[in-house]
Amino acid sequence: MTATVKTDAALFELALRMGDNALILGQRIGAWCGHAPAVEEDIALANVALDLIGQTKMWLGLAGELEGKGRSADDLAFLRDARAFRNALLVEQPNGDFAHTLMRQYLFDAWHHPMLVALKSSADKRVADIAEKAEKEARYHLERSEDLIVRLGDGSEESHERMQTALDALYPFAGELYAADAIDGDLAARRIAPDLGEVGKRYLASLKSTFEEATLKAPWDAATRKGGKQGMHSEELGYILAEMQWMQRAYPGAKW
Amino acid sequence: MKNEWPLWEVFIRGQHGLAHRHFGSLHAPDAEMAIKNARDVYTRRNEGVSIWVVKASDIAASSPGDKEPLFEPSNSKIYRHPTFYDIPDEVGHM
Repeated sequence: MTATVKTDAALFELALRMGDNALILGQRIGAWCGHAPAVEEDIALANVALDLIGQTKMWLGLAGELEGKGRSADDLAFLRDARAFRNALLVEQPNGDFAHTLMRQYLFDAWHHPMLVALKSSADKRVADIAEKAEKEARYHLERSEDLIVRLGDGSEESHERMQTALDALYPFAGELYAADAIDGDLAARRIAPDLGEVGKRYLASLKSTFEEATLKAPWDAATRKGGKQGMHSEELGYILAEMQWMQRAYPGAKW
Repeated sequence: MKNEWPLWEVFIRGQHGLAHRHFGSLHAPDAEMAIKNARDVYTRRNEGVSIWVVKASDIAASSPGDKEPLFEPSNSKIYRHPTFYDIPDEVGHM
């Protein structure tokens, strides 16, 4: 009995972490809608945002089911406070210029895709089913963001400089994505989630080759900024939630 | 907008066995990006199984002014239309 409860609690955390990453990044890039440098980029970014919000519904839906307190995906998205969010710090970082947005996207996609590939063989069928659907979307997101990193990194003098500045600013947040805590260890032991260290090795290898091709230099030895997965966020998240949640806070239970 | 990306015409095959059909146009710096943009702009609702893009400037087109000499002579030759045959349903798309 104790074991079952423990597994469910860890699985609940996994669903929140995956769901909150997708939700917060989706909300962030949704803010580009109508503002991207070209209409084609605008639509592409909005598509990625919508894919991520779709994935959020699946992960937070699962989280609510596991929790068993009758909370829906919407309840979890719109009625939780910052400390209850489990997204990595990377995805809450500001949009900045287009280079920052793309670099944040690439640093996330390059982890997200192999993570979902691994989750497809999760011992928990509900997790495997969500990963199966999300993985195809994430593969396209990665293909797109990786391509743009290389084009702009190895592009004009200005685009190179902007991409390098974005990489210097955002790379310290990459390490949190594959830094395992006790919950990750528990899930890996039960084969519900992969060994994050293994995912991290593949992640770093792909970053190395992409940045080399993009003529960018990552600050590999920079100290890792983390805490989001455990609910310790930067002040950025408060502003995101204020904008995202105000309607449900001001008009509780309002329906579209 | 001096630095605008070139214009590309987008052709999408709706399903296997059908021809690619002109869907619209978009801007992109090169062919690879044009295909990615076409995927995002034109196939959001599962419209296609294959995408072609071609630089708009590479398309040679007939001039609207030549409409009469080019097309009108065929108007009166209805025997050129194969409308006198019954096509069995099993044939499918022609």
